[in-house]
Amino acid sequence: MNQNAQRILSNPKFQELIAKRSAFAWTLSVAMLVIYYGFILLVAFGKGFLGTPIGAGVTTWGIPIGLFTIVSAFILTGIYVNRANGEFDELNRQIMEDLK
Amino acid sequence: MRAATTRIAGALAAAGALVPAAVHAAAVEGAVQKQATNWEAILMFLAFVLFTLGITYWAARRTKSAKDFYAAGGGITGFQNGLAIAGDYMSAASFLGIAGLVYANGFDGLIFSVGWLVGWPIILFLVAERLRNLGKYTFADVASYRFQQTPIRTLSACGSLATVTFYLIAQMVGAGKLIQLLFGMDYIWAVVIVGVLMIGYVTFGGMLATTWVQIIKAVMLLSGASFMAFMILAKFGFSPEAMFQAAVSVHPKGVAIMSPGALITDPVSAISLGMALMFGTAGLPHILMRFFTVADAKEARKSVFYATGFIGYFYILTFIIGFGAILMILAPDANGAYPFLTAAPAAGAKAAITSIIGGTNMAAIHTAHAVGGDLFYGFISAVAFATILAVVAGLTLAGASAVSHDLYASVFAKGRANEADEIRVSKITTVIIGIVSIFLGIAFENQNVAFMVGLAFVIAASANFPILLMSMFWGKMTTRGAVIGGTIGLVSSVTMLVLGPTVWKAVLGNPAAIFPYDNPGLFSITLSFVAIWFFSITDNSEQAQKERRDFEAQYVRSQTGLGAEGASAH
Repeated sequence: MNQNAQRILSNPKFQELIAKRSAFAWTLSVAMLVIYYGFILLVAFGKGFLGTPIGAGVTTWGIPIGLFTIVSAFILTGIYVNRANGEFDELNRQIMEDLK
Repeated sequence: MRAATTRIAGALAAAGALVPAAVHAAAVEGAVQKQATNWEAILMFLAFVLFTLGITYWAARRTKSAKDFYAAGGGITGFQNGLAIAGDYMSAASFLGIAGLVYANGFDGLIFSVGWLVGWPIILFLVAERLRNLGKYTFADVASYRFQQTPIRTLSACGSLATVTFYLIAQMVGAGKLIQLLFGMDYIWAVVIVGVLMIGYVTFGGMLATTWVQIIKAVMLLSGASFMAFMILAKFGFSPEAMFQAAVSVHPKGVAIMSPGALITDPVSAISLGMALMFGTAGLPHILMRFFTVADAKEARKSVFYATGFIGYFYILTFIIGFGAILMILAPDANGAYPFLTAAPAAGAKAAITSIIGGTNMAAIHTAHAVGGDLFYGFISAVAFATILAVVAGLTLAGASAVSHDLYASVFAKGRANEADEIRVSKITTVIIGIVSIFLGIAFENQNVAFMVGLAFVIAASANFPILLMSMFWGKMTTRGAVIGGTIGLVSSVTMLVLGPTVWKAVLGNPAAIFPYDNPGLFSITLSFVAIWFFSITDNSEQAQKERRDFEAQYVRSQTGLGAEGASAH
């Protein structure tokens, strides 16, 4: 293994970056999967609920829940990119700086 | 009428879990009648072609090195790449198909849109930046990073070419049928035009032209769809409730279109479908290539963020357009006529969904006509053609790169090929793929090709994705595990799909399917992962030990971008 890689591996900041970023990425992944499979399970087993009108109209609960699932995908990516392009990239920059 | 609706439900149930894949495939199936020549559409399409050829000329002058040709010099921004990725995803058929599903079934169309979207956040969280940090031009660069080049590159190239070929056939046949219907042009001419233009974009303009063609089309499609959704909502004073009420009152299924129907009942199919969509997206070679066109991991992340936003927005628009279609097509117009139905309903009865001219996939096109007149109808038709063109160009470039970069430069020339030769091989391959796909398009004109996109997705999910993911995440993986696991994924996915209801029963006409599920994803993906694991941990060869030791360096690069490819100087 080359020397730089070895030095990065033993840098505590690298360990910190990996720990924080993995925990964050997996948490958001699980959140997305729970939302998506929650929706699919509602479709498979909770048709009655999704088909219940909200109030007196014909708009059912299924509509806002479906839209929420779509919007949540976008929001979760936004949350990740915001932290990764800020905090994580800064940490990464410091790690590369330490090589010099 | 009841018979007609039952038939639709039956057809959808038969296509089952592959419906969304089919939606991405041929927009128009079966025999279509050639329509009167649509001059507005032809003129607008010509304007698009001239403009994109201008861009190709501009791109050609900037395309000199291999990095320019495969990865647009690495100088695409995250926002541009997000639009291009969204463009790859928003095919003509997903626009027409999902709007058609909503028109016929209401709420159920939304379920599919959601399934198509949720893979993107996962790709961002777990794959995007590692991929960008490790790769150069093709996903095989990443998959083979610390392994023996020849076997892994050969397998990855086979996976890429299989995916690209099935996807291309479906797109070519879809293009021919759609153009015949929209432009009033002969099928064969439509296929030849698509083939020749894509050869032109890719050979001269490489990835730079391919990306810009995709961006322009994405902007056209998003603007057109936004305009339609705006016009539809405006008719109801921007009250979705008012729109839903009107739709319920004219749709033969009535209030049932507001709740989930019979499309997804069995959880195994639902999970299998979800896995194939999610992992398939992350294993499509033409989409993975786009991650190498941006400067660094930061831009790669932004790409996915913008792409998710555009795709999600597009699906919400398609949902509104589908409901608009119910109102424009099934309700009488101001003169009391039904211009988009083959026959007006009997007095007092509701119009049948299936009496729509051209089939349910024409729902969005008719709606365009109703809200925007002849000129807008021409515009949307031109957008549909442009969409197919942009998607096939990306596919062709991915196929050509697998041959030139993986097979020629790495396997055949063992890394000793010079750049000029590699690009030449790539251009020759592009011409060959173009010509072959024209012939395949003609050969498959009267075949049912909808299952082929499903096949492409399942192969991508079962052969390409497991190797790619495990090579980045699991240090104990070896060449042997990768080759055996990938091969098992490839063979098992194709076999189970062919023996399943979509091909064995629906295409080959056998009375019953041997494999019970439409989508083998759950099984073939699992098999592939288990095989990679098993054949890696039992591998104690000298080579395997070395590959395991090399993981740490790969890991550092994947996490930090140490030594990663940068953007080229110009």
